[in-house]
Amino acid sequence: MENPIQHTDIYALSHHHRFQWEEAQQSYVILFPEGMVKLHGGAGEVLKRLDGKVNVGEIVADLKVAFPDADEIESDIIGMFELGVSKGWLRKV
Amino acid sequence: MTQASLGESVVQKVVQAQNNGVAASATQTQPLWLLAEVTYRCPLHCAFCYNPTDYDKHTQNELTTEQWIQALRDARKLGAIQLGISGGEPLLRDDIEDIVIEAKKLGYYSNLITSGVGLTEKRIQAFKDGGLDHIQLSMHDITEEINNFITNTKTFELKKKVAAMIKGHGYPMVLNVVIHRYNIGHMKQILEMADALGAEYIELANTQYYGWSLVNRSQLMPTKEQVDEAERITNEFREKSGSKMKIFFVVPDYFSDRPKKCMNGWGEVFMIVTANGDVLPCHSARVLPNMQFPNVKDTGLEYSWKDSPAFNKYRGTGWMKEPCRTCDEKEKDLGGCRCQSFLLTGDAEAADPVCSKSPHHYLIEKAIEDAKNPVIASQPIVFRNDKNSKKIIAGELKERVDEFHALP
Repeated sequence: MENPIQHTDIYALSHHHRFQWEEAQQSYVILFPEGMVKLHGGAGEVLKRLDGKVNVGEIVADLKVAFPDADEIESDIIGMFELGVSKGWLRKV
Repeated sequence: MTQASLGESVVQKVVQAQNNGVAASATQTQPLWLLAEVTYRCPLHCAFCYNPTDYDKHTQNELTTEQWIQALRDARKLGAIQLGISGGEPLLRDDIEDIVIEAKKLGYYSNLITSGVGLTEKRIQAFKDGGLDHIQLSMHDITEEINNFITNTKTFELKKKVAAMIKGHGYPMVLNVVIHRYNIGHMKQILEMADALGAEYIELANTQYYGWSLVNRSQLMPTKEQVDEAERITNEFREKSGSKMKIFFVVPDYFSDRPKKCMNGWGEVFMIVTANGDVLPCHSARVLPNMQFPNVKDTGLEYSWKDSPAFNKYRGTGWMKEPCRTCDEKEKDLGGCRCQSFLLTGDAEAADPVCSKSPHHYLIEKAIEDAKNPVIASQPIVFRNDKNSKKIIAGELKERVDEFHALP
Protein backbone atom coordinates (compact mmCIF):
# COMPACT_ATOMS: atom_id res chain seq x y z
CA MET A 1 0.00 0.00 0.00
CA GLU A 2 1.51 3.30 -1.03
CA ASN A 3 -0.54 5.46 1.30
CA PRO A 4 -1.77 3.55 4.30
CA ILE A 5 -5.14 4.67 5.58
CA GLN A 6 -4.77 7.05 8.53
CA HIS A 7 -7.41 7.69 11.15
CA THR A 8 -7.24 11.41 10.39
CA ASP A 9 -7.91 10.91 6.67
CA ILE A 10 -11.19 12.03 5.20
CA TYR A 11 -12.59 10.18 2.21
CA ALA A 12 -15.48 10.81 -0.10
CA LEU A 13 -17.02 8.95 -2.99
CA SER A 14 -15.08 9.57 -6.20
CA HIS A 15 -16.48 11.95 -8.75
CA HIS A 16 -19.11 10.45 -11.03
CA HIS A 17 -19.75 7.65 -8.56
CA ARG A 18 -23.07 7.19 -6.87
CA PHE A 19 -23.89 5.21 -3.76
CA GLN A 20 -27.45 4.08 -3.18
CA TRP A 21 -29.69 1.47 -1.60
CA GLU A 22 -31.17 -0.98 -4.08
CA GLU A 23 -34.52 -2.31 -2.98
CA ALA A 24 -34.64 -5.07 -5.61
CA GLN A 25 -31.30 -6.43 -4.46
CA GLN A 26 -31.63 -5.58 -0.79
CA SER A 27 -28.15 -4.13 -0.80
CA TYR A 28 -26.11 -0.99 -1.24
CA VAL A 29 -24.41 -0.44 -4.57
CA ILE A 30 -21.84 1.90 -6.06
CA LEU A 31 -22.62 3.02 -9.58
CA PHE A 32 -20.16 4.52 -12.03
CA PRO A 33 -19.67 4.73 -15.77
CA GLU A 34 -19.78 1.27 -17.29
CA GLY A 35 -20.18 -0.57 -14.06
CA MET A 36 -21.54 -1.22 -10.63
CA VAL A 37 -20.51 -2.93 -7.47
CA LYS A 38 -22.85 -4.60 -5.08
CA LEU A 39 -21.73 -4.15 -1.50
CA HIS A 40 -22.38 -6.38 1.44
CA GLY A 41 -23.89 -4.91 4.56
CA GLY A 42 -20.67 -3.99 6.34
CA ALA A 43 -19.28 -2.07 3.38
CA GLY A 44 -22.56 -0.24 3.01
CA GLU A 45 -22.41 0.81 6.68
CA VAL A 46 -19.00 2.40 6.07
CA LEU A 47 -19.94 4.14 2.87
CA LYS A 48 -23.19 5.61 4.10
CA ARG A 49 -21.23 7.45 6.77
CA LEU A 50 -19.01 9.27 4.26
CA ASP A 51 -20.09 12.90 4.06
CA GLY A 52 -16.82 14.58 3.10
CA LYS A 53 -16.29 15.78 6.69
CA VAL A 54 -16.04 12.79 8.98
CA ASN A 55 -12.65 11.09 9.20
CA VAL A 56 -11.72 7.42 9.25
CA GLY A 57 -11.17 7.33 12.99
CA GLU A 58 -14.60 8.78 13.65
CA ILE A 59 -16.21 6.21 11.39
CA VAL A 60 -14.38 3.42 13.20
CA ALA A 61 -15.55 4.78 16.54
CA ASP A 62 -19.10 5.18 15.33
CA LEU A 63 -19.25 1.65 13.91
CA LYS A 64 -17.76 0.16 17.08
CA VAL A 65 -20.68 1.67 18.97
CA ALA A 66 -23.22 0.61 16.36
CA PHE A 67 -21.90 -2.96 16.16
CA PRO A 68 -20.43 -3.77 19.57
CA ASP A 69 -20.43 -7.52 18.91
CA ALA A 70 -18.45 -7.43 15.65
CA ASP A 71 -14.94 -8.82 16.02
CA GLU A 72 -12.00 -7.11 14.35
CA ILE A 73 -14.28 -4.44 13.01
CA GLU A 74 -11.50 -1.90 12.75
CA SER A 75 -9.37 -3.94 10.37
CA ASP A 76 -12.46 -4.66 8.28
CA ILE A 77 -13.20 -0.96 8.00
CA ILE A 78 -9.63 -0.08 7.10
CA GLY A 79 -9.71 -2.90 4.55
CA MET A 80 -12.84 -1.40 3.03
CA PHE A 81 -11.11 1.98 2.67
CA GLU A 82 -8.06 0.36 1.11
CA LEU A 83 -10.17 -1.54 -1.36
CA GLY A 84 -12.26 1.54 -2.18
CA VAL A 85 -9.16 3.62 -2.86
CA SER A 86 -7.47 0.91 -4.92
CA LYS A 87 -10.61 0.44 -7.02
CA GLY A 88 -11.07 4.16 -7.49
CA TRP A 89 -14.43 4.31 -5.70
CA LEU A 90 -13.10 6.61 -2.99
CA ARG A 91 -11.00 9.74 -3.10
CA LYS A 92 -9.17 11.50 -0.32
CA VAL A 93 -10.66 14.86 0.52
CA MET B 1 -11.92 -11.79 8.97
CA THR B 2 -8.65 -10.54 7.54
CA GLN B 3 -8.33 -7.45 5.40
CA ALA B 4 -7.60 -9.58 2.38
CA SER B 5 -10.68 -11.69 2.85
CA LEU B 6 -12.78 -8.60 3.40
CA GLY B 7 -11.73 -7.47 -0.02
CA GLU B 8 -13.20 -10.67 -1.39
CA SER B 9 -16.42 -10.50 0.52
CA VAL B 10 -17.12 -6.82 -0.02
CA VAL B 11 -17.42 -7.30 -3.70
CA GLN B 12 -20.07 -9.91 -4.07
CA LYS B 13 -20.54 -8.90 -7.58
CA VAL B 14 -18.80 -6.72 -10.05
CA VAL B 15 -20.53 -6.13 -13.31
CA GLN B 16 -18.82 -4.31 -16.08
CA ALA B 17 -20.55 -3.97 -19.35
CA GLN B 18 -18.96 -2.72 -22.43
CA ASN B 19 -21.57 -1.58 -24.80
CA ASN B 20 -21.01 -4.00 -27.59
CA GLY B 21 -18.71 -6.60 -26.18
CA VAL B 22 -19.21 -7.50 -22.60
CA ALA B 23 -17.02 -8.46 -19.69
CA ALA B 24 -18.89 -9.20 -16.56
CA SER B 25 -19.50 -11.58 -13.73
CA ALA B 26 -22.79 -12.20 -12.06
CA THR B 27 -24.94 -15.10 -11.08
CA GLN B 28 -28.39 -13.80 -10.36
CA THR B 29 -30.99 -13.24 -12.99
CA GLN B 30 -32.06 -9.67 -12.57
CA PRO B 31 -31.93 -7.31 -15.50
CA LEU B 32 -29.35 -5.01 -13.93
CA TRP B 33 -28.69 -3.43 -17.27
CA LEU B 34 -31.39 -1.94 -19.45
CA LEU B 35 -30.29 -0.92 -22.89
CA ALA B 36 -32.82 1.30 -24.63
CA GLU B 37 -32.11 1.28 -28.34
CA VAL B 38 -34.48 4.18 -28.83
CA THR B 39 -34.07 4.54 -32.57
CA TYR B 40 -32.26 2.88 -35.43
CA ARG B 41 -32.08 6.14 -37.34
CA CYS B 42 -28.54 7.44 -37.48
CA PRO B 43 -26.74 10.30 -39.21
CA LEU B 44 -23.56 8.20 -39.33
CA HIS B 45 -23.13 5.26 -41.65
CA CYS B 46 -20.46 3.23 -39.88
CA ALA B 47 -19.27 0.13 -41.68
CA PHE B 48 -18.85 -1.72 -38.35
CA CYS B 49 -22.30 -1.00 -36.90
CA TYR B 50 -23.78 -4.01 -35.11
CA ASN B 51 -27.38 -2.91 -35.68
CA PRO B 52 -29.43 -5.27 -37.84
CA THR B 53 -28.96 -4.75 -41.56
CA ASP B 54 -32.75 -4.72 -41.97
CA TYR B 55 -33.14 -1.89 -39.44
CA ASP B 56 -35.06 0.14 -42.00
CA LYS B 57 -38.13 -1.96 -41.09
CA HIS B 58 -38.04 -0.47 -37.61
CA THR B 59 -37.66 3.23 -38.26
CA GLN B 60 -41.38 3.99 -38.72
CA ASN B 61 -42.76 2.13 -35.70
CA GLU B 62 -40.72 3.50 -32.82
CA LEU B 63 -42.04 3.49 -29.28
CA THR B 64 -43.59 6.73 -28.04
CA THR B 65 -42.21 8.74 -25.13
CA GLU B 66 -44.94 7.31 -22.89
CA GLN B 67 -44.07 3.76 -23.89
CA TRP B 68 -40.40 4.35 -23.09
CA ILE B 69 -41.25 5.84 -19.72
CA GLN B 70 -43.44 2.84 -18.90
CA ALA B 71 -40.60 0.50 -19.94
CA LEU B 72 -38.18 2.38 -17.68
CA ARG B 73 -40.56 2.07 -14.74
CA ASP B 74 -41.21 -1.64 -15.30
CA ALA B 75 -37.53 -2.48 -15.71
CA ARG B 76 -36.64 -0.55 -12.57
CA LYS B 77 -39.12 -2.64 -10.59
CA LEU B 78 -37.33 -5.75 -11.83
CA GLY B 79 -34.03 -4.38 -10.52
CA ALA B 80 -32.58 -2.60 -13.55
CA ILE B 81 -30.19 0.07 -12.43
CA GLN B 82 -27.80 0.92 -15.25
CA LEU B 83 -29.57 2.51 -18.19
CA GLY B 84 -27.95 2.89 -21.59
CA ILE B 85 -29.75 5.17 -24.01
CA SER B 86 -28.50 4.05 -27.35
CA GLY B 87 -29.44 3.62 -30.99
CA GLY B 88 -28.87 4.38 -33.84
CA GLU B 89 -28.28 7.91 -32.72
CA PRO B 90 -30.54 8.60 -29.75
CA LEU B 91 -30.23 12.35 -30.24
CA LEU B 92 -32.38 12.06 -33.35
CA ARG B 93 -35.30 11.78 -30.94
CA ASP B 94 -36.42 15.01 -29.35
CA ASP B 95 -37.66 13.35 -26.14
CA ILE B 96 -34.35 12.16 -24.71
CA GLU B 97 -34.64 14.99 -22.19
CA ASP B 98 -37.93 13.50 -20.90
CA ILE B 99 -36.43 10.02 -20.74
CA VAL B 100 -33.44 11.35 -18.79
CA ILE B 101 -35.66 13.13 -16.26
CA GLU B 102 -37.69 9.97 -15.69
CA ALA B 103 -34.52 7.87 -15.37
CA LYS B 104 -33.23 10.19 -12.67
CA LYS B 105 -36.54 10.08 -10.81
CA LEU B 106 -36.46 6.30 -10.84
CA GLY B 107 -32.87 6.10 -9.56
CA TYR B 108 -31.14 4.78 -12.68
CA TYR B 109 -27.50 5.51 -13.38
CA SER B 110 -28.04 6.75 -16.89
CA ASN B 111 -25.70 6.82 -19.84
CA LEU B 112 -26.25 8.43 -23.21
CA ILE B 113 -24.38 6.49 -25.89
CA THR B 114 -23.91 8.86 -28.78
CA SER B 115 -21.93 9.79 -31.84
CA GLY B 116 -22.23 13.39 -30.67
CA VAL B 117 -24.12 14.44 -33.78
CA GLY B 118 -27.00 16.58 -32.60
CA LEU B 119 -25.53 17.39 -29.19
CA THR B 120 -25.91 21.12 -28.62
CA GLU B 121 -25.17 23.35 -25.63
CA LYS B 122 -28.89 23.60 -25.03
CA ARG B 123 -29.45 19.85 -25.03
CA ILE B 124 -26.43 18.96 -22.90
CA GLN B 125 -27.52 21.56 -20.35
CA ALA B 126 -30.98 19.99 -20.29
CA PHE B 127 -29.41 16.55 -19.78
CA LYS B 128 -27.28 17.88 -16.95
CA ASP B 129 -30.28 19.54 -15.31
CA GLY B 130 -32.36 16.43 -15.87
CA GLY B 131 -29.81 14.23 -14.10
CA LEU B 132 -28.09 12.29 -16.88
CA ASP B 133 -25.06 10.64 -15.26
CA HIS B 134 -22.69 10.26 -18.14
CA ILE B 135 -22.20 10.39 -21.85
CA GLN B 136 -20.29 7.85 -23.87
CA LEU B 137 -18.94 9.34 -27.05
CA SER B 138 -17.83 7.28 -30.00
CA MET B 139 -14.55 8.32 -31.60
CA HIS B 140 -13.17 6.70 -34.69
CA ASP B 141 -9.63 7.74 -35.33
CA ILE B 142 -7.08 10.45 -34.85
CA THR B 143 -7.13 11.19 -38.56
CA GLU B 144 -9.88 13.07 -40.30
CA GLU B 145 -9.44 10.81 -43.29
CA ILE B 146 -10.22 7.56 -41.49
CA ASN B 147 -12.94 9.08 -39.30
CA ASN B 148 -14.78 10.37 -42.30
CA PHE B 149 -14.16 7.25 -44.35
CA ILE B 150 -15.34 4.63 -41.88
CA THR B 151 -18.40 6.62 -40.78
CA ASN B 152 -19.07 7.73 -44.34
CA THR B 153 -19.68 11.25 -43.02
CA LYS B 154 -17.72 14.43 -42.34
CA THR B 155 -17.81 14.37 -38.56
CA PHE B 156 -14.20 14.66 -37.48
CA GLU B 157 -14.21 18.29 -36.33
CA LEU B 158 -17.59 17.87 -34.69
CA LYS B 159 -16.31 14.98 -32.54
CA LYS B 160 -13.61 17.17 -31.05
CA LYS B 161 -16.08 19.96 -30.31
CA VAL B 162 -18.50 17.57 -28.65
CA ALA B 163 -15.73 16.06 -26.53
CA ALA B 164 -14.92 19.53 -25.22
CA MET B 165 -18.60 20.19 -24.56
CA ILE B 166 -18.95 17.00 -22.53
CA LYS B 167 -15.91 17.87 -20.47
CA GLY B 168 -17.06 21.47 -20.09
CA HIS B 169 -20.28 20.35 -18.45
CA GLY B 170 -18.45 18.34 -15.83
CA TYR B 171 -19.26 14.95 -17.28
CA PRO B 172 -16.76 12.13 -17.09
CA MET B 173 -15.25 11.57 -20.50
CA VAL B 174 -16.05 8.06 -21.62
CA LEU B 175 -14.81 7.27 -25.10
CA ASN B 176 -15.59 4.27 -27.20
CA VAL B 177 -13.40 3.49 -30.17
CA VAL B 178 -14.31 0.56 -32.37
CA ILE B 179 -11.10 -0.97 -33.65
CA HIS B 180 -10.73 -2.37 -37.15
CA ARG B 181 -8.19 -2.66 -39.93
CA TYR B 182 -8.27 1.05 -40.72
CA ASN B 183 -7.42 2.40 -37.29
CA ILE B 184 -5.63 -0.47 -35.54
CA GLY B 185 -2.28 0.92 -36.61
CA HIS B 186 -2.98 4.18 -34.74
CA MET B 187 -3.46 2.72 -31.28
CA LYS B 188 -0.80 4.79 -29.54
CA GLN B 189 -2.04 8.01 -31.11
CA ILE B 190 -5.64 7.17 -30.25
CA LEU B 191 -4.69 6.62 -26.61
CA GLU B 192 -2.72 9.87 -26.56
CA MET B 193 -5.65 11.71 -28.06
CA ALA B 194 -8.00 10.29 -25.43
CA ASP B 195 -5.59 11.30 -22.69
CA ALA B 196 -5.27 14.80 -24.14
CA LEU B 197 -9.04 15.11 -24.22
CA GLY B 198 -9.06 14.28 -20.52
CA ALA B 199 -10.84 10.96 -20.91
CA GLU B 200 -11.49 9.06 -17.69
CA TYR B 201 -12.40 5.89 -19.55
CA ILE B 202 -11.63 4.59 -22.98
CA GLU B 203 -12.99 1.41 -24.44
CA LEU B 204 -10.99 -0.02 -27.32
CA ALA B 205 -13.62 -2.30 -28.74
CA ASN B 206 -12.28 -4.63 -31.37
CA THR B 207 -14.99 -5.09 -33.94
CA GLN B 208 -17.29 -8.01 -33.28
CA TYR B 209 -18.98 -9.35 -36.33
CA TYR B 210 -22.73 -8.82 -36.22
CA GLY B 211 -25.05 -6.77 -38.38
CA TRP B 212 -23.23 -4.50 -40.78
CA SER B 213 -19.81 -5.49 -39.49
CA LEU B 214 -20.50 -9.12 -40.40
CA VAL B 215 -21.36 -8.09 -43.95
CA ASN B 216 -18.10 -6.12 -44.02
CA ARG B 217 -16.06 -8.68 -42.11
CA SER B 218 -13.43 -9.28 -44.78
CA GLN B 219 -12.99 -5.56 -45.23
CA LEU B 220 -12.67 -4.72 -41.53
CA MET B 221 -10.82 -7.57 -39.89
CA PRO B 222 -7.22 -6.88 -38.95
CA THR B 223 -4.62 -9.63 -38.78
CA LYS B 224 -3.76 -11.51 -35.60
CA GLU B 225 -0.37 -9.80 -35.62
CA GLN B 226 -2.02 -6.37 -35.72
CA VAL B 227 -4.30 -7.27 -32.81
CA ASP B 228 -1.37 -8.55 -30.76
CA GLU B 229 0.58 -5.39 -31.48
CA ALA B 230 -2.40 -3.21 -30.55
CA GLU B 231 -2.74 -5.02 -27.26
CA ARG B 232 0.98 -4.68 -26.57
CA ILE B 233 0.84 -0.94 -27.23
CA THR B 234 -2.21 -0.62 -24.98
CA ASN B 235 -0.48 -2.46 -22.14
CA GLU B 236 2.64 -0.39 -22.59
CA PHE B 237 0.59 2.81 -22.48
CA ARG B 238 -1.12 1.61 -19.29
CA GLU B 239 2.23 0.99 -17.61
CA LYS B 240 4.26 3.91 -18.84
CA SER B 241 1.95 6.84 -19.35
CA GLY B 242 1.07 7.45 -15.73
CA SER B 243 -2.35 8.33 -17.08
CA LYS B 244 -5.28 7.83 -14.77
CA MET B 245 -7.44 6.90 -17.71
CA LYS B 246 -9.05 3.49 -17.36
CA ILE B 247 -8.51 1.51 -20.52
CA PHE B 248 -10.66 -1.43 -21.52
CA PHE B 249 -9.28 -3.50 -24.36
CA VAL B 250 -12.04 -5.73 -25.66
CA VAL B 251 -10.31 -8.77 -27.14
CA PRO B 252 -11.70 -9.85 -30.51
CA ASP B 253 -13.17 -13.30 -30.17
CA TYR B 254 -12.14 -14.48 -33.64
CA PHE B 255 -8.55 -14.56 -32.47
CA SER B 256 -9.08 -16.43 -29.23
CA ASP B 257 -9.41 -20.16 -28.62
CA ARG B 258 -12.47 -19.84 -26.46
CA PRO B 259 -15.65 -17.85 -27.02
CA LYS B 260 -16.74 -14.83 -25.03
CA LYS B 261 -19.38 -15.25 -22.35
CA CYS B 262 -21.76 -13.37 -24.54
CA MET B 263 -23.89 -10.76 -22.74
CA ASN B 264 -22.63 -12.42 -19.56
CA GLY B 265 -25.11 -15.17 -20.28
CA TRP B 266 -28.48 -15.22 -21.99
CA GLY B 267 -31.04 -13.44 -19.83
CA GLU B 268 -28.60 -13.06 -16.93
CA VAL B 269 -28.11 -9.30 -16.50
CA PHE B 270 -28.93 -7.56 -19.78
CA MET B 271 -32.28 -6.60 -21.16
CA ILE B 272 -32.54 -4.73 -24.41
CA VAL B 273 -35.61 -2.90 -25.60
CA THR B 274 -35.36 -2.03 -29.28
CA ALA B 275 -36.72 0.98 -31.13
CA ASN B 276 -39.92 -0.85 -32.02
CA GLY B 277 -40.35 -2.37 -28.56
CA ASP B 278 -38.94 -5.86 -28.99
CA VAL B 279 -37.43 -7.16 -25.77
CA LEU B 280 -34.20 -9.04 -26.35
CA PRO B 281 -31.50 -10.72 -24.27
CA CYS B 282 -28.88 -9.50 -26.75
CA HIS B 283 -28.62 -6.99 -29.58
CA SER B 284 -28.78 -9.43 -32.44
CA ALA B 285 -31.07 -12.13 -31.00
CA ARG B 286 -33.64 -11.58 -33.74
CA VAL B 287 -31.41 -13.47 -36.17
CA LEU B 288 -32.28 -16.70 -34.35
CA PRO B 289 -34.88 -18.98 -35.97
CA ASN B 290 -38.20 -20.05 -34.44
CA MET B 291 -38.03 -17.50 -31.66
CA GLN B 292 -40.85 -15.22 -30.68
CA PHE B 293 -39.48 -12.26 -28.77
CA PRO B 294 -41.89 -10.34 -26.57
CA ASN B 295 -42.73 -6.72 -27.34
CA VAL B 296 -43.53 -4.03 -24.78
CA LYS B 297 -46.57 -3.06 -26.84
CA ASP B 298 -48.09 -6.48 -26.02
CA THR B 299 -46.70 -7.67 -22.72
CA GLY B 300 -45.04 -6.31 -19.60
CA LEU B 301 -41.32 -6.54 -18.99
CA GLU B 302 -41.77 -8.80 -15.99
CA TYR B 303 -43.30 -11.48 -18.20
CA SER B 304 -40.60 -10.93 -20.82
CA TRP B 305 -37.77 -11.33 -18.37
CA LYS B 306 -39.09 -14.06 -16.11
CA ASP B 307 -41.52 -16.14 -18.11
CA SER B 308 -41.20 -15.62 -21.84
CA PRO B 309 -39.99 -18.74 -23.65
CA ALA B 310 -37.43 -16.64 -25.52
CA PHE B 311 -35.65 -15.40 -22.39
CA ASN B 312 -35.64 -18.86 -20.86
CA LYS B 313 -34.52 -20.72 -23.94
CA TYR B 314 -30.75 -20.35 -23.47
CA ARG B 315 -30.50 -19.58 -19.78
CA GLY B 316 -27.96 -21.75 -18.00
CA THR B 317 -26.45 -24.85 -19.62
CA GLY B 318 -29.40 -27.23 -20.06
CA TRP B 319 -29.80 -26.50 -23.77
CA MET B 320 -26.25 -27.45 -24.67
CA LYS B 321 -25.09 -30.09 -27.11
CA GLU B 322 -21.66 -31.62 -27.47
CA PRO B 323 -18.91 -30.50 -27.29
CA CYS B 324 -20.29 -27.93 -24.82
CA ARG B 325 -22.39 -30.31 -22.71
CA THR B 326 -19.46 -32.23 -21.27
CA CYS B 327 -16.93 -29.42 -21.49
CA ASP B 328 -15.33 -28.50 -18.18
CA GLU B 329 -15.28 -24.85 -19.25
CA LYS B 330 -18.97 -24.61 -20.04
CA GLU B 331 -19.81 -22.46 -17.01
CA LYS B 332 -17.04 -20.07 -17.92
CA ASP B 333 -18.29 -19.04 -21.35
CA LEU B 334 -21.75 -20.67 -21.48
CA GLY B 335 -20.95 -21.92 -24.97
CA GLY B 336 -20.36 -18.44 -26.37
CA CYS B 337 -22.78 -16.57 -28.56
CA ARG B 338 -26.01 -18.15 -29.85
CA CYS B 339 -26.32 -15.59 -32.63
CA GLN B 340 -22.78 -16.15 -33.84
CA SER B 341 -23.33 -19.91 -33.79
CA PHE B 342 -26.49 -19.64 -35.87
CA LEU B 343 -25.24 -17.00 -38.29
CA LEU B 344 -22.12 -18.99 -39.08
CA THR B 345 -23.15 -22.65 -38.63
CA GLY B 346 -26.92 -22.68 -39.07
CA ASP B 347 -27.39 -24.28 -35.64
CA ALA B 348 -28.13 -21.95 -32.73
CA GLU B 349 -27.28 -24.67 -30.22
CA ALA B 350 -23.91 -25.53 -31.69
CA ALA B 351 -20.79 -24.44 -29.84
CA ASP B 352 -19.70 -20.95 -30.82
CA PRO B 353 -17.36 -21.65 -33.77
CA VAL B 354 -14.77 -19.36 -32.19
CA CYS B 355 -14.03 -22.26 -29.83
CA SER B 356 -11.19 -24.47 -31.01
CA LYS B 357 -13.22 -27.47 -29.75
CA SER B 358 -16.06 -26.62 -32.13
CA PRO B 359 -16.36 -28.86 -35.20
CA HIS B 360 -17.15 -25.62 -37.08
CA HIS B 361 -14.00 -23.81 -36.02
CA TYR B 362 -12.75 -23.99 -39.61
CA LEU B 363 -15.35 -21.31 -40.45
CA ILE B 364 -13.51 -18.83 -38.26
CA GLU B 365 -10.16 -19.84 -39.73
CA LYS B 366 -11.62 -19.37 -43.19
CA ALA B 367 -12.97 -15.92 -42.30
CA ILE B 368 -9.51 -14.90 -41.10
CA GLU B 369 -7.98 -16.20 -44.33
CA ASP B 370 -10.64 -14.45 -46.44
CA ALA B 371 -9.82 -11.15 -44.78
CA LYS B 372 -6.21 -11.61 -45.91
CA ASN B 373 -7.27 -12.45 -49.46
CA PRO B 374 -6.76 -9.27 -51.49
CA VAL B 375 -9.53 -10.12 -53.94
CA ILE B 376 -12.18 -10.66 -51.25
CA ALA B 377 -10.92 -7.88 -49.01
CA SER B 378 -11.08 -5.37 -51.83
CA GLN B 379 -14.85 -5.74 -52.27
CA PRO B 380 -16.50 -2.43 -51.48
CA ILE B 381 -17.69 -1.74 -47.94
CA VAL B 382 -21.46 -1.82 -47.55
CA PHE B 383 -22.05 1.26 -45.44
CA ARG B 384 -24.87 1.31 -42.93
CA ASN B 385 -27.51 3.53 -44.45
CA ASP B 386 -31.19 3.45 -45.29
CA LYS B 387 -30.56 2.81 -48.96
CA ASN B 388 -28.40 -0.25 -48.30
CA SER B 389 -30.82 -1.49 -45.64
CA LYS B 390 -33.70 -1.29 -48.11
CA LYS B 391 -31.59 -3.13 -50.69
CA ILE B 392 -30.78 -5.91 -48.24
CA ILE B 393 -34.44 -6.25 -47.24
CA ALA B 394 -35.35 -6.45 -50.93
CA GLY B 395 -32.92 -9.35 -51.37
CA GLU B 396 -30.27 -7.42 -53.23
CA LEU B 397 -26.60 -7.59 -52.18
CA LYS B 398 -27.17 -11.33 -51.88
CA GLU B 399 -23.57 -12.15 -52.61
CA ARG B 400 -22.60 -10.35 -49.40
CA VAL B 401 -25.00 -12.13 -47.08
CA ASP B 402 -25.48 -15.53 -48.69
CA GLU B 403 -22.89 -17.38 -46.65
CA PHE B 404 -24.71 -16.53 -43.42
CA HIS B 405 -27.68 -18.53 -42.14
CA ALA B 406 -29.72 -15.43 -41.35
CA LEU B 407 -29.67 -11.85 -42.44
CA PRO B 408 -27.00 -10.34 -40.17
